[in-house]
Amino acid sequence: MIELLPGRARQVVQTDGGRPAEMACDKASVAGSVSQRACVFCGSRVVLYPIADALHIVHGPIGCAAYTWDIRGALSSGPQLHRNSFSTDLQELDVIFGGEKKKLEAALLELIAHHSPKAAFVYSTCIVGLIGDDVSAVCRRVSERTGIPVMGVHSEGFKGTKKDGYRAACDALYKLVGTGDTSGISPFSINILGEFNLAGETWVLRDYYKRLGIEVVACITGDSRIEDIRRAHGAKLNLVQCSGSMTSLAKMMERDYGIPFKRVSYFGIEDMSAALYDAAKHFTGAPEILRRAQELVREEVARIYPELLRYKEKLKGKKAAIYVGGLFKAFSLMRALRLIGMETAVVGSQTGDKEDYKQLQEMADPGTIIVDDSNPLELAKFCLEKDVDLFIGGVKERPIAYKLGIGFCDHNHERKEPLAGYVGMLNFAREVYASVASPVWQFAPRRANRTAAPLEPVGLRPAAV
Amino acid sequence: MLDGTTTEIKPREALRINPAKTCQPIGAMYAALGINGCMPHSHGSQGCCAYHRSHLTRHFKEPVVATSSSFTEGASVFGGLANMTQALSNIFTIYNPKVVAVHTTCLSEVIGDDIPMMIKKATEEGIIPEGKVVIHANTPSFVGSHVTGFANMVTGMVKYLSESSGKTEPQLKADAQLNLIPGFIDPADMRELKRIVHEMGVKTVMFPDTSGVLDLPQDGRYRMFPSGGATVAAIKSAGDSVGTIALGHFASHPAATELDEKCNVPCALLELPYGLTNTDRLIHAIRNHGGVEVPSSLGEERGRLLDAISDMHQYFHGKRVAIAGDPDHVIALTQFLVELDMKPAYVITGSPGNHFENRVKELLVDHAPNAVVLQNSDLFALHQWIKNEPVDLIIGNTYSKYISRVENIPFVRFGFPVLDRMGHRYFPSVGYMGALRLMEKINDALLDHQDRECPEENFELVQ
Repeated sequence: MIELLPGRARQVVQTDGGRPAEMACDKASVAGSVSQRACVFCGSRVVLYPIADALHIVHGPIGCAAYTWDIRGALSSGPQLHRNSFSTDLQELDVIFGGEKKKLEAALLELIAHHSPKAAFVYSTCIVGLIGDDVSAVCRRVSERTGIPVMGVHSEGFKGTKKDGYRAACDALYKLVGTGDTSGISPFSINILGEFNLAGETWVLRDYYKRLGIEVVACITGDSRIEDIRRAHGAKLNLVQCSGSMTSLAKMMERDYGIPFKRVSYFGIEDMSAALYDAAKHFTGAPEILRRAQELVREEVARIYPELLRYKEKLKGKKAAIYVGGLFKAFSLMRALRLIGMETAVVGSQTGDKEDYKQLQEMADPGTIIVDDSNPLELAKFCLEKDVDLFIGGVKERPIAYKLGIGFCDHNHERKEPLAGYVGMLNFAREVYASVASPVWQFAPRRANRTAAPLEPVGLRPAAV
Repeated sequence: MLDGTTTEIKPREALRINPAKTCQPIGAMYAALGINGCMPHSHGSQGCCAYHRSHLTRHFKEPVVATSSSFTEGASVFGGLANMTQALSNIFTIYNPKVVAVHTTCLSEVIGDDIPMMIKKATEEGIIPEGKVVIHANTPSFVGSHVTGFANMVTGMVKYLSESSGKTEPQLKADAQLNLIPGFIDPADMRELKRIVHEMGVKTVMFPDTSGVLDLPQDGRYRMFPSGGATVAAIKSAGDSVGTIALGHFASHPAATELDEKCNVPCALLELPYGLTNTDRLIHAIRNHGGVEVPSSLGEERGRLLDAISDMHQYFHGKRVAIAGDPDHVIALTQFLVELDMKPAYVITGSPGNHFENRVKELLVDHAPNAVVLQNSDLFALHQWIKNEPVDLIIGNTYSKYISRVENIPFVRFGFPVLDRMGHRYFPSVGYMGALRLMEKINDALLDHQDRECPEENFELVQ
């Protein structure tokens, strides 16, 4: 084991096949660690960003707006308003005298007049929390004047972790839920929570539910519209995918509207199928839905299976490291990797909780290294120790993997192909194969001694004929 | 997504749309990475540090390390001293850098954290090990831009590290060491500057220097502290140089001035060496400071550039160009475009600073007197200008691609950040060779567009 920061020892374990060790997690990063984690604002911004017909304005100095400008790859089938960067770009004088009246209110009125959005989200950044701008009052006034909902998002960066940002986003969303007309919603209806339409994944899922005869009232927030969210309380079931981000919204809807929720994952054949069956079984009054689900699963699996087997043949025995935001995604990834013949040797997350880590240890093969809130040195060390062939992570991990000569798959904002659903499983296999089997790694230093081509000239002019 | 951009240009004090700048701390972080063995440290919430690292990683496609004071509510009420102390202790215990370069954030600035006091306290308490160095720069996000942050950190290097050792004038002359402050440019550019001074045979200290830090070869290892970067000893010795060449009014001038005041090292302020004239000025300044002759190899590079401009000049003549980017970049590029006989029509920067408008207008006074020149502007404004009267070419960072697509205008990526192409990581834009590359990109963009869009009867084989 490498030297760990003091206080981090219980955030790294290696499974030994015995009882799961209790991991210390869900705590703030130690000051001075090279953490891969972000802040409250980041959590709120990623959750709300995909709402395409809303105005999103960042109240603060320019950086927070600049770094979150169109980086998420959350697609919209209609308006593209969310892809612009709007901010109050607070300056020194605003910080001294407060920025709410002059800047924020004027900016909101101007933008709403011009773009006619269906709602507006105002994100508070660190500084707003300090200078005491009354964002809620501004939102209220602007809402009264313009007639659209204007929600303040309490996302001051220092007020907790990314998870607190998710909660702040859910609180803002919850102001919308319950304000729309629910007439005409099918008794067989769901909301999908925590699905963000990266690379168009929501569209894949909507198609599946449609084929089952289940109405998706709102996908929150992938390709979502304010109108959908307002009537989301008319759905009969909530399916929560990114549970870290959306469980609090699901719980509020359960409490106030009696809508039950189920945790699902749309990633990998097993989890995708389970997600469809879970929804189908919920609607006991309509056995045909379950029948359609069985048909759909059979059909879709049959379509991708032959090609998956070909990838499995080629990827058998290869090893992967996984470092993702929430652990629930890691479970799906591990199952999906198994399906294509790969082992998971290192796995970790930024925000997993105790229960997740316990389940993870039970699921992982003996010898697997499990890390919470890791840093580049640890990750690199574990990858080399385990001699992995693939790293699954986000933007900060990609170049580390490449420096080590390891293939990479972005399972975060920068995915380019849908990875959800059956087609997503095939895309995943294809992407993993393309990177793991890339000819570039034969030249990578750690492989070169095994795979180097002979350096003799490919042809020699005969010395004499 | 930008189809909704209106042509009516109204004054807009309250609102920033599609910025052409970002905040100070990222510039400070980038500068700090140009010190050998340095850990940049962000004194604020965790998110700032994560965002800066991600953003730099997207531009350089390299691992970027930095630590954070991980502010919580407590720190923002009681001050960040405890966080800073714990951070410094952890950083030196675990990562063991040679230098920690602290920059502030809006949060720690507003609560009024006194960084020098914190460093002093950590030194007294023995938290900073013998031989290790902690420097700092104040980088409030609500003042200036990322360029200001870069300049502040480079100035911090001088304040904390550079020293005059008391050598006599003849000794200094005999050493004939030159300082080069390169400005906010890519590692490939810094590498090229080092090649030029090496060709000229002048002993040079360049800081910061991110070559060998953010342009690493793949060798199968991950290093938190790669071998590149200006060493503390080198930056220290900058106080003993015969002169300083500072490239860029915004990014480099403050550090050069500080060095002059602190160690009495005279400074020549130049613009970034983009294009012919600006590179000529750099070579001339190196020759003057170093007392050397210009080698024929550089003369030949210059001749090849000149020849290339001659070969293609008819394609550049009179083309209207929109330029957006960081002030030092844009000023120097404007000069090059004038050399190419192009017509800068809209020249904007997101950073504030009157020098930008004054200098660009001066450069365009004869050539393009009607050009719109704006500091503290944004890409939404640029788009509005373009909608009112189009241009033949846009030069800017990746964010300009939206305008290019909506308006179907050829586009050359240039400056920071470039998030969607690879060339800037390997090929310099500075010097004669850099000018050739810039020119090739401009020429290709214009002619590719013409080949794609022109009527078939005008489609030419030979250009």
